[in-house]
Formats: sequence, structure tokens, C-alpha cells
Amino acid sequence: MSMITVKNLRKSFGSLEVLKDINAEVKEKEVICVIGPSGSGKSTFLRCLNRLEEISGGQVVINGHDITDKKVDLNKVRQEVGMVFQQFNLFPHKTVLENITLGPIKIHSTEKTDAEKLALDLLDKVGLREKANSYPGELSGGQKQRVAIARALAMNPKIMLFDEPTSALDPEMVGDVLEVMKQLAIEGMTMVVVTHEMGFAREVGDRVIFMDGGYIVEENEPNALFGNPQHERTKAFLSKVL
Amino acid sequence: MDIIVSALPMLVKGLQVTLYIFLIAILLGFLIGLVIALLRLAPLKILKWIAKAYVDAIRGTPFIVQLFFIYFGLNSLQVISLDNTTAGIITVAINAGAYFAEIIRAGIQSIDKGQTEAARSIGFTGAQTMRYIILPQAFRRMLPTITNQSIISLKDTSLLSVIGIADLTQQGQIQASATFEAFKIWLAVGIIYFIIIYLLTLLANFVERRFQLR
Repeated sequence: MSMITVKNLRKSFGSLEVLKDINAEVKEKEVICVIGPSGSGKSTFLRCLNRLEEISGGQVVINGHDITDKKVDLNKVRQEVGMVFQQFNLFPHKTVLENITLGPIKIHSTEKTDAEKLALDLLDKVGLREKANSYPGELSGGQKQRVAIARALAMNPKIMLFDEPTSALDPEMVGDVLEVMKQLAIEGMTMVVVTHEMGFAREVGDRVIFMDGGYIVEENEPNALFGNPQHERTKAFLSKVL
Repeated sequence: MDIIVSALPMLVKGLQVTLYIFLIAILLGFLIGLVIALLRLAPLKILKWIAKAYVDAIRGTPFIVQLFFIYFGLNSLQVISLDNTTAGIITVAINAGAYFAEIIRAGIQSIDKGQTEAARSIGFTGAQTMRYIILPQAFRRMLPTITNQSIISLKDTSLLSVIGIADLTQQGQIQASATFEAFKIWLAVGIIYFIIIYLLTLLANFVERRFQLR
């Protein structure tokens, strides 16, 4: 079953066209890694999938909801799509526990005690139960990002989007975050991951998309894409990052 | 000293009027400021424009002119009739509202865009995002400037004496001319204002510490 269908997606910022004609499909439980140089449009592509960026043209269907349709209840669709940001974006005025329970309590009208139980389970999963009552400012980058993942998971999403989740982390923190993401993939979460972690893309990705200049240049399963890239631009990019 | 002691009951009475007007006006002014700030950030151009016109009109005219316009000007139309206390409260509220609007707008805009994006990506509506995520953080940042504006507004209430409101300043005037002890009376009035404003500052500092981000 197709969880994400993207047809002829275009996105412009003023006169600058950053996504030119994107077509992609993500099936249930698939893990798609999006790689490419800076400015290739990969983050913008990801942000179009929950319409954090207004879409200039084309169609994006998320789990059966056409989010380019004017009548769509975007807030409803976003509840099914978790997102993790490069800069974490935790709510600094709320504790770790409150960061995670706020969505379930205010949007799903979950009882506070139930929401807290869920949050603690999720904190167990990301290995941070003992930080439940800390504030984001008291956590390291890697811990923040794991809380951000738990926060997104608390809404019980069908799809998780990751926008360079390890790019702002110290090298020794990257492993913990990738481990949590890998675990999610194993559990069957549908994931789209924009990343510079080629090792992760190769190991965890079911398919890898290489973007450049606002286009999807090449997509394939990881071993084929990394081992035997077809396009010159893919080869040039991989030769620099591998 | 007995001059002060005998004048003190009247000065305290004036202080009560000052505080009464100040408290109502500052609360109203804050609500006005919040609404105007949200209008200025609204997507609709006409709302933005109305809010900006309001702020510009208030900032571009002296307080005393606003007071005369509302008390003498509006009453002269004979459509409504405002007593001087009401006119005073309205003027202070409308005046403070324009400044609060700018403070609140700047506070909201100072919150990182990522906060809104994170909240919206979870599925919060724009209003929920504002209420649970943006405003609580923005208010913490605004507190020092809000305190500052509140102090200015408190001092502005002394101008209400010119439309005959029996506030602390007006009582000072009455006592000074009755006793011919202008030096002592105005010194006492000044000290009373100073103490009130000092207490207000202490309160603000306490609130600030209480809500500091960890």
C-alpha cells in the first residue's frame, strides 16, 4: 500500500524554483533515505510532505489524503505524520515529559495520566526515562533529538519524516540517535530520512533517492545506488562523500 | 513633618485613585495590545493595516492630546458622555495598548520559527500553537519591557489631574496650595510615586525569576 505519493511536485521561493518535477512513491513500512548536496532541494521536498512549505504545483497524497486539496484538514493529516528537525525544536519552556504529552493531551484529548504513561514508555524506548523531568536546556544534543523523536511518536504517526536529524550533533552523539531510528525502521515505521549519513542510508534504507538541482536524479536500492551509480552527478557526489 | 502627617490621608486617598485607574487601565491596555499584536501578525492585509494605523496614531501624538480628545473631544459630540475617570482609564488603556502591541509583536516574532514548525508538524492549529507554545515563551522575554511600559503608564496617570481626577498628583496640588508648603508636599508625592514604582519593579523581578527558563 502506498503511504506517500508525489506527482509532478514543484516548489518555488519567489522566482527561484527549488523543486522542479518530483515524482516519488513510498510504500508502507518502507524506509527511504534522501541524499544530495546542499541546496539540492531535499529538505524542501521533505517539508512539502506535511506542507510546512506551501506547494507550488503538483500533487502530494499522504496515506490517502490529498494534502494539495484546498479542503483537506491539514492538522488532521499532520497528526499522522511525525517530523524530526535538524535543530530539534523542543519546547524549551516545558519539561521533557510535557514536550511529549502536550500533543496527546491537547489534540487527542488523552487523559493526563495515560499520556504520561505513554510518554514514559516512549522515553524508555529512546533510553531517556530518567530525563522525564528535565528541561530541554539541560540535555545534550543527542538527548534532545531522541526526545524529539519520542515527541513525534507520541502522536502515534503512520509516517515519520527526518530532516537531517544528526547534522547538528557532536559526532559521538550521532550513534545513539541513528540507533533509535534503526529500531523504528525494524519495527516497521514508514520513514523518509533526509541525511548525510551514508552508512545509515546504506544499512537501514530500503531505497535511496539522490537529489540534485531540484530533481530526483537517481533512485535505487542502497547497494545498487552506492555500488553502481548510473548518473554522472550521482557518481561525482558519492566520490566526494564516501 | 506635621504638614506631611496632616496631608498624608488625602495623599493616600489620591494614591488609591491613581492605583485604581492604573490597574484597570493596564489590564485593558494589555488586552488591547495583545489583540492589536495578533492583528498585526494576521495574514489579512486590512487587519494588519488597521492595527498599524492604530499604533502609529497613538505613538505619533502626545498623551495629553489623546486625553483631551477623548474627554473634551468625544464629549463635545454629545453622542456619548464620559465622566473624567472613565475617560482617564480609556486614555491610559488605549495609549498603553499601542506600546504593548509593539512589545508583544516583537516578543512573538523573536521566537524561533522552528517552534511554530514543530508545533504545526505535531498537528496543533495556529491558535493552539500561539497559546501553548509561542505566547508562553514570548511573555518571558517580554517581561522586562512590559514592566517598563507599565511604569511609564503609571506615571502617565499623573497627567489625568488636568481633567480634574483626584489622583495623587491632584491631591498634591490641593495640599500644596492649601498649606503653602510646596517643597515638602511635592517631595512627599514624589516619594510615594517612587515607592509604588519600586514595589512594582520588585514584583516584576520576582515574576521574572519565577518564570525563567531553565
